[in-house]
Amino acid sequence: MSQLVRRVTQMVTYSIVPTLVAIAAALLATAAIVWISGAPVGGFLEAMLSVPGQRDLVIIVNQASMIALSAFAAAICFRMNIFNIGVEGQYIIGACAGAFFAGSGIVPGPLNILATLVVAMLAGMAWAMIAAVLNVTRGVSEVISAIMLNYVALTLAGYLVKTYGSKSGYTFTTGTIPPSSQPLGFGIFSGAPDVWALSILAVIVAVGYSFLLGWTRFGFDLRTAGESRTAALANGINPKKMVLITMAISGAIAGLVWMPSFFGSTHTFGIPEYFQRGLGFTGLAVALLGRNTSLGIFFGATLFAFLSTQSNRLQSVGVGRDVVEITQGVVVLMVVIAFEISRRVKARREQESVARELGATSEGVRA
Amino acid sequence: MQVELRGIAKRFPGVIANHDVDLTIRAGAVHALIGENGAGKSTLMKILYGVQGADDGTIVVDGRERHFSSPTDAIEAGIGMVFQHFMLADNLTVLENIVLGAEKMHGIGEKARGRVREISAEFGFDIDPDVRVAELGVAARQRVEILKVLYRGARLIILDEPTAVLVPQEVEVLFANLRELVASGCSVLFISHKLDEVLQIADDITVMRRGTTVGTADPATATRQQLAELMVGAELPSPELSADTVTDTPVLSLRSISLVDDTGRTLLADLDLTIHRGEIVGIAGVEGNGQTELVEVIMGMRRATEGSIVLAEEDITRLSVRKVRERGVGFIPEDRHRHGVVLDFSLWENRILGHQTTAPAVRGPLLSPGGARRDAERIIDAYDVRTPSVHTTARALSGGNQQKFIVGREMSGDPILLLASHPTRGVDVGAQAAIWDHIRRARQEGLGVLLISADLDELIGLSDRLEVILRGHFTAQLDPREVTAQELGTAMTGGAA
Repeated sequence: MSQLVRRVTQMVTYSIVPTLVAIAAALLATAAIVWISGAPVGGFLEAMLSVPGQRDLVIIVNQASMIALSAFAAAICFRMNIFNIGVEGQYIIGACAGAFFAGSGIVPGPLNILATLVVAMLAGMAWAMIAAVLNVTRGVSEVISAIMLNYVALTLAGYLVKTYGSKSGYTFTTGTIPPSSQPLGFGIFSGAPDVWALSILAVIVAVGYSFLLGWTRFGFDLRTAGESRTAALANGINPKKMVLITMAISGAIAGLVWMPSFFGSTHTFGIPEYFQRGLGFTGLAVALLGRNTSLGIFFGATLFAFLSTQSNRLQSVGVGRDVVEITQGVVVLMVVIAFEISRRVKARREQESVARELGATSEGVRA
Repeated sequence: MQVELRGIAKRFPGVIANHDVDLTIRAGAVHALIGENGAGKSTLMKILYGVQGADDGTIVVDGRERHFSSPTDAIEAGIGMVFQHFMLADNLTVLENIVLGAEKMHGIGEKARGRVREISAEFGFDIDPDVRVAELGVAARQRVEILKVLYRGARLIILDEPTAVLVPQEVEVLFANLRELVASGCSVLFISHKLDEVLQIADDITVMRRGTTVGTADPATATRQQLAELMVGAELPSPELSADTVTDTPVLSLRSISLVDDTGRTLLADLDLTIHRGEIVGIAGVEGNGQTELVEVIMGMRRATEGSIVLAEEDITRLSVRKVRERGVGFIPEDRHRHGVVLDFSLWENRILGHQTTAPAVRGPLLSPGGARRDAERIIDAYDVRTPSVHTTARALSGGNQQKFIVGREMSGDPILLLASHPTRGVDVGAQAAIWDHIRRARQEGLGVLLISADLDELIGLSDRLEVILRGHFTAQLDPREVTAQELGTAMTGGAA
């Protein structure tokens, strides 16, 4: 019981308060920029802080699920102290492979969904392994190779769709998912579209992520290698192997990122019309924002989805909608700062409590 | 320039890094500061150079008391420092490196170039100001570093282990340069643990141990053995073994173990060693003679180039660290922050570290936080680890308490062999005695121990048998009941007394 109280108090002091401060600061900073640019500040704040309608709520949930998936892909690497900036490319490849597979209808009916998810995960994983293997065998920085692979992925997907897809209007697309393989969504509001069925993937991945990192030996090894490669090595953990496995998992999760949208509404793949780009980079920001924890990531994904959805209203009050990207950027920055401060406060308090524990005996050291 | 340090003290939470340090550096003299790793030399240097403030004590420069809140203050007072790892920009020229940050003194043009040439000529440095640093060898880079501090007007130059990176001929050149420097009235503070070199170059010697200055020596009369004794000390509670518990059952056998690194240097040469149940074998040697590599090879962190390792009748030469640990090998690493704990993990998580495959920390592929917590609590009780709770991070604990926790962890699960590298380094006297007790008790129950230490009393007092390691070879076997610290010191340095 006392432990529960302790954890709740710690969470409020060291997580919730800093986050709220960061969000408030970000809104103020954006408002200041809106004011400087001469646009109506009152209109901006009112539009941003208004209550979203049913339709917008559904969009927020849908978008949040994809952002969260992308953030988990980034977060698992952050925990291992590697920077998988290649989530973007991995989910493009995952989406492309999944879409070709699903559209082909090789597997009939609902089973097609499951099989497609597996294909998308494998494709994302394979793409991630390029950067991972280069890192482990040749010492190539995973950041550099993954960034470049993002562009390769985009071009490759475009090429594949153009070569093997079919022309629809001005763009090329993959085949459409057979109707028997299109899942029903969650109808929450009668007056709004359904929430995408596969947004549930975000919840499944969240549970898996928490369990893997917090409760398994593998997760412990991963976190240890992330904190200290030398300690890992001395204690029976092979850091190189951990890089490979972690990147593989990350790539597999990245492969799932676009699946909710694919099965929920798009049903086909074609860049740029039948695809949503940029989720990989958003995921990185949200992973930072959420401090790589499941709850934090859900919160961050919802916040980001909320901000971009609300920004649609800005046009009507005469403010450019891109201004919301400033808010998102500043939130991440402020959260990083706020958490660094709270980390230092926590460390100092801890040392003080250890010093109290030592009490009078510390003088004995001099003897 | 004369610099005096009086009663310097520096405390970090839970650790006293320096206390009652007194040091007088005479003008025109090379003053050597010697001591084992962790004796507090680097903290003292940082205080003298203004990187860290002292909690207590005074710094007096030429009769004036000074306070340094940053290296800038120290430089202004005429104190310069050359770090062990050079701080030069490879792509800039020597001149650019030297004037960087000191542009106000002589500008960045001809005047500065002239001044650099002047200093270089005065002390025989032979440095061309217009050559790129990338083209210089290690010894020349070191001279550039010294030039850099002289350019800024330093009258006291602190050199942190300057010979560590040099070959013998280069050391001779460096020493010649240093003599020129002191002849012109500069002072040099020379930090090292190479006793031969210290005796060769120093005019005065001060010895540090356990955070304080323990004595001075006159290089004209002092011997290596005397210095070694001062460095490792003989004032500590001496570990005594009780009855003989050595058995005939081998726990660990090394057979002709050799290790050659990528560059072809031989680190370990044809080592044979057997440790029996209930036996503590001490490895004596000056640091850097292969002790670290020996431990890493046994643990499986590095692969032996040749030879085999047998643990309780099983060949473990090619096993991974985890497999070696699973077979009952406890490991107290020499660098606890890099290898022994994860500083930002709580104590109960650190209980799991290194024991990820054995109860009570895990259950199958899952962690067992409850089990780990309970066992961490047991260790905290049994080994007197001073901490508010098992949820405290390892970082918050003092070095001694971290070490006690590590010892407790490595003793759990009834290991058959313990590799203990400097098990009581940086630990206060009370904790030291406690750790010795635990090792002794485990020995009685049949534990085999490989003990590596720089503390000769610890080696002599705890070991049943001593092996001397020198440049990767076992050069002598000694009986700890008969050997004296002097004899051991002689054997370690490879010379006759």
